[in-house]
Formats: sequence, C-alpha cells, structure tokens
Amino acid sequence: MPHYQLDHLTALEHEAIHVLREMAAERERPCLLFSGGKDSIVLLRLAEKAFRPARFPFPVMHVDTGHNFPEVIEFRDRRVRELQERLVVASVEDSIRRGRVVDPKGPRASRNRLQTTTLLDAIEEQRFDALIGGARRDEERARAKERIFSHRDEFGQWDPKNQRPELWSLYNTRLKQGEHFRVFPISNWTELDVWQYVKRERLELPSIYYSHERSVFARDGMLYAAAECVERLPSETPFREVVRFRTVGDMTCTGAVRSRAATIEDVIAEVAASRQTERGATRADDRATEAAMEDRKKEGYF
Amino acid sequence: MSAPGTFMAMESGAELLRFSTCGSVDDGKSTLIGRLLYDTKSIFEDQLAHVEDVSRRRGDEYTNLALLTDGLRAEREQGITIDVAYRYFATPRRKFIIADTPGHIQYTRNMVTGASTANLAIVLVDARQGVVEQTRRHALITSLLRIPHIVFAINKMDLVGWDEGVFRKIEAELRGFAARMDVADVSFIPLSALHGDNVVERSDKGPWYKGPALLHQLEHVHIASDRNLIDVRFPVQWVVRPQAKDHHDYRGYAGQVAGGVLKVGDEVVVLPSGFGSRIARLENFDGPLDEAFAPMSVTVHLADDVDVSRGDMLCRPANRPVVGQDLDAMVCWMGDLPLTPKNRYALKHTTRNVRALVQGIEYRLDVNTGHREQGVAKLERNDLGRITLRTTAPIFYDEYRRNRTTGSFILIDESTNGTVAAGMLLSEPR
Repeated sequence: MPHYQLDHLTALEHEAIHVLREMAAERERPCLLFSGGKDSIVLLRLAEKAFRPARFPFPVMHVDTGHNFPEVIEFRDRRVRELQERLVVASVEDSIRRGRVVDPKGPRASRNRLQTTTLLDAIEEQRFDALIGGARRDEERARAKERIFSHRDEFGQWDPKNQRPELWSLYNTRLKQGEHFRVFPISNWTELDVWQYVKRERLELPSIYYSHERSVFARDGMLYAAAECVERLPSETPFREVVRFRTVGDMTCTGAVRSRAATIEDVIAEVAASRQTERGATRADDRATEAAMEDRKKEGYF
Repeated sequence: MSAPGTFMAMESGAELLRFSTCGSVDDGKSTLIGRLLYDTKSIFEDQLAHVEDVSRRRGDEYTNLALLTDGLRAEREQGITIDVAYRYFATPRRKFIIADTPGHIQYTRNMVTGASTANLAIVLVDARQGVVEQTRRHALITSLLRIPHIVFAINKMDLVGWDEGVFRKIEAELRGFAARMDVADVSFIPLSALHGDNVVERSDKGPWYKGPALLHQLEHVHIASDRNLIDVRFPVQWVVRPQAKDHHDYRGYAGQVAGGVLKVGDEVVVLPSGFGSRIARLENFDGPLDEAFAPMSVTVHLADDVDVSRGDMLCRPANRPVVGQDLDAMVCWMGDLPLTPKNRYALKHTTRNVRALVQGIEYRLDVNTGHREQGVAKLERNDLGRITLRTTAPIFYDEYRRNRTTGSFILIDESTNGTVAAGMLLSEPR
C-alpha cells in the first residue's frame, strides 16, 4: 500500500462507520436489524467501531419467524448479551396469534413473506424511523439500485422509480411523520468482502456457516434441513450429508450447500471459487419470479 | 458481486477504485460493463444462465450482456437504464465499484449522482458516430464534477475496420475539448466491447494502437494523489460521551477526515467558535493512531475543554476554509419544480445543516455546447447553472476544485423532503 492509502476493506469499513454515525446524528429512533447472519454480525462490529466506548444509540431487533435455526437463536442471545445491548424480538408467531397474518400450511409453506407484516407492525409500535440492515447491492438485481438511505413511505413501501439521488457522502435523512428509512451501511460490500472482514476482525459466526453433518432432503435442486417446521412431501426422504449454509434465513426457504469448508480460510477459498451467487444458490424466496426481490422490497421486506 | 478466483491477491489488501460509465445503450455501455464482468470472471453461473434465458425469450441474436446491469422490472421491459446501478468486480490489483449511469439528457441528474463519488469516468464514444452532442455533454459533466481521470472508450472499432484515421480524428477533437475543460488526466482507448478487443486483454486488431487495454488502465491509473492531503478539514459528525462511570471524563469528537493529515500534537482551531486547542489523542475502535487522513473515520480528543458539537469543523490555525454565508455555486437541478430566485431550501454541507435563499441565477449552462446562457429566470430539472445563495448561518467550505468533500452540498425541498440540487462551490464570496 502506498502511504496515506487505505486498502479496500478499510475504505469500505470507514464509509460504513460514517453512515452509521450520520444516521445516529440525524434520526431520532433508529434500530439495528439483526438476523444472526454474517452480514448483520458485521453490522454489530461496525456499530462498535462507530460508537464505543459508549453504548449503541439504538436497540437491536430480530424478526423471528419461529422457524429459525436453533443454533442461530442461541448465537443471537449470546452475542447481544456480550455486547450489553438491548434486544427487541418481533415475533411472527405473535402476529399469527393476534390474527394479523395467517400461517401458511403445507410442504411449501414459508413464513418468509409474513415477516414483512411483523416488521412493519414493530416499526409502528416502537416508532422506529431508521432501520439499519445488512443488505448489499451485489446480492440481487433490484438491490443494485437501492440507496444507502433508502426511503419508505407510511405504508413501508419502497418506490424504486422515485428514489432520492445520493450525492457524495451527503445523505438526505429527512422524513415525514410515519415514514422511515432502511439504512444499508454495507451496500458496497460483496460477499467476499464480508468474509474477509469476518476473518480480519476474527468475528464468531453461528456454527451452521461451517461444514457439519446434518439430516437434509432435496427439493428443486436444493438441500433443505430436515426439521419439524418444514413439511416434506412423501417422496422427500431425509438423508445425512456434510453441508454448510451460505446465508442464514428461515429454515423453510434457506438451502444448504455440500461443503467441507470447516474454517474461515476454507470458506473464503470456497466463496472465491464459487460460480453461483449466494442467493441464487440457496434462497428459494428469490426464485419465485424474475422480480421476486423487487416486488417484496416494494411491500416493505428487508 | 465478488470475483471468483481472484481472492488470493485480494487478501493482501487491494486498492479501491470507483468509476462511473457514461453512455447510452446505443454506445454499447452495458455491453462494455457486461464484458468487463464476464472477462474478469465476475459473473456467476446463475446470473449468466438468467441472462441467456431472458435473451433467448426476447429473441436476441446473442447473449445480451446488457441484461446483467438493468435491474429494475421497468428497465428490463423498456430496455433502458433509468437509474444509477452499482456493480462490483475485482482483480488481484484493485477492487472496483462501477456506478453505471444512463446517458440520456433526461437522466443528467443520475449521471451527476454517479459521477459525484467517482475517481475515474469512462465516456463511451461510438466510432461510427464520432464526437456527438452526447459525448460533449458527458465530458462536460465529468469535468464539472472534477473526476480526476477520464477514459474515452472509442467503441465499435470493428464496425469501422479498425481504421486509425477514425480513432485519431476523435482523439484530436476530444483532446481540444478536454484542454478547455481543464481535465488533468485524459486517455483514449480504441476497443470493441462486443468482441472484447482491448477491454480486458490487448488485441492484435489495430496494431497502430500502442496503449494499454481498458482494464490495465483501470488497474494502474495513479489515484493516490487525487485526495487533498494538504488542508486539514475535520467536520465533527458525532460527539462520543459515554454515560458510564468508567468513562466519566471521556469526550471524543468522531467524524470522517475530509482533507489533510491530522497528527497528534497539532494545533487546531474549532470553527465557528474560533477557539484554539491541540490534538491530544487520535483513535478508533482498534486503538490509538498517530495520524489520520481522508477518508478515515476517527475520533479526536482535544487537550482543552472547549465547546465542540456536530456541524463544527476542526482545521489548522494558518490554513482555514472559507467561512461564509454568501455562496457562489454550480448546481445540477434535480427537483420536479424549477429553481427560481427567492426560493428557500434546506442546505446540507459536510455535517452542517442550514437554510438557504436563492439570490440569483448567473447563467444556465448548455450541457451540449458549454454555452453560458445569461438572463434565465429559472433552472429546470436536469439543468446545470451557476447560482448565488445566502445561508442563514455560515458554512466552512473550500472551492470544489480544491476539495470535493468540503466543496459540495445538497439542497433539499422542505415541503417534499426531496433532494433537489447537487451543488459545487466556486470562489470566495464577493
């Protein structure tokens, strides 16, 4: 590195810290969305970098479908406790109990889409005006167009054709009553950047990101965890396989990949050599239609 | 997207280069980006399969790499790029962020947005058409936004038989134009995006061309000296004051360095108060630092207990920014309603928010010809023009050409909250 030049990962890190501080300074009731996945684990570290030695100027919120991997829930609780920060859990089970949404039944049922209602209800109840998320522009076509401060109207909707221009590092953080922002500090990071950062910062991840043996079944060319909450068709017989997960979502829509990558170095090598995007390889929720993500985002999805 | 197969060198820490691409579908811009991604193996199988599938369904003759970059449903349906899209790829030397911007005049504001953060701009020229109105517009906007490096990619050379005369004529015309535009670093590359000639690899077509392929230029352009390392500018973004017994006396000023090099022990002045102090400590989460430079996000501790808050700026006593309320600026207008004198807006500059009154419009700049049209009553959406503003409180700024961070601002319409202008500050106030 030449003198007075940052390597790319440090440059991205400093940009993200700037975004977090700008949001904290200009919004009254922010909140950090934490899924237990690697991207939101990176967000927690960036929040430490932006605000320590003080506490975070916002709570951490998890939208729990009730169908999450137990390893991830255990990790979530432990990580937030270690950080001594406040955890808010918005529960899809609660939304179902209160009759806000109907629990879909059957082998292909997923609560993925229900999360939007639970999330928007929590935003309204807690009067959050900025939700920090770990979405990246390299993940998906519609996300490539999304702003770092992404505006949502009073219905929580995204209007991709009418976004505020984002110039230099000057963020327009103004809102009207009832509107909110989704704030994406790691917009410019790629999957590989995230993994390199996890390594550099020695961040602990839920065990399911690393190779392990588990009972799985095959569906639509993907492997799913055999679990009580995922109803199988009669032909879908579970078998043991050595796998890991590239993304962490609801068990009903997150596929595993066959992998022997047991350490962070192995995973980086695997990601670098991968010929499939992480969502393309393992997310059933993006496969529904060509614009599946754009449509869900317009409704208020993450 | 991350680049498969390139992580080994990346791990040692590559530099980041942000570049924008200007041009329209007709110039082969999307094809060029698709080619860069494809030939650097930055496209994944599922993305390629998707593009092949859509191309086939649309009845395209060849795999339309442009489909990789057009993300929104409306864009795919209409076959146009509406908004700025960001793309990522990496080589062992550098990691690249592409701001892919639409070329049509009605999307000038999107071009300005993409250009605002770019270190380099690629301006596409169709070799068959030569320098057209759109080329001049793109070069003009690029120079106004002070992108330090411009690469003119003379595309579709295959369709003019790799004729050196065609290339040299375009080069000569654009060199003259660039000289008038005061652009520091300009280069010209003949290429064919469709066939991949001179994009990633040097091509043996057109042996008269002795320069590098486009990717080589992107990997080697010298960007280290593009930032201002002379004028110390530290806009205070956030005051860190832990409400805890362990850190009772802790008071740190956090922010992103906007210029110069801050060093422990340096004398500093706080604006607007004018109080002097010394940098007692520089730190970030990972520990103490000896110095900090742009664009580092750091926390500064001062030796004296002076009053400092968000929106203030630290600088050196003998090198201060302009402190002023009467601003002279070049703006790109982005609002639905026109800008007219006497309008009021919110103005955001570094970490400072003030309000501004439009005093007058000096001229409207014809982005196609560079002609300054005086006596205009308003600026419409996508217009560029020079205006004067009066702010409710002083801001601390430098000329945009000297510092892109302390020289830029945005205007916000307070009734709609829309971002209505990108502004670049000119000389000192009159």
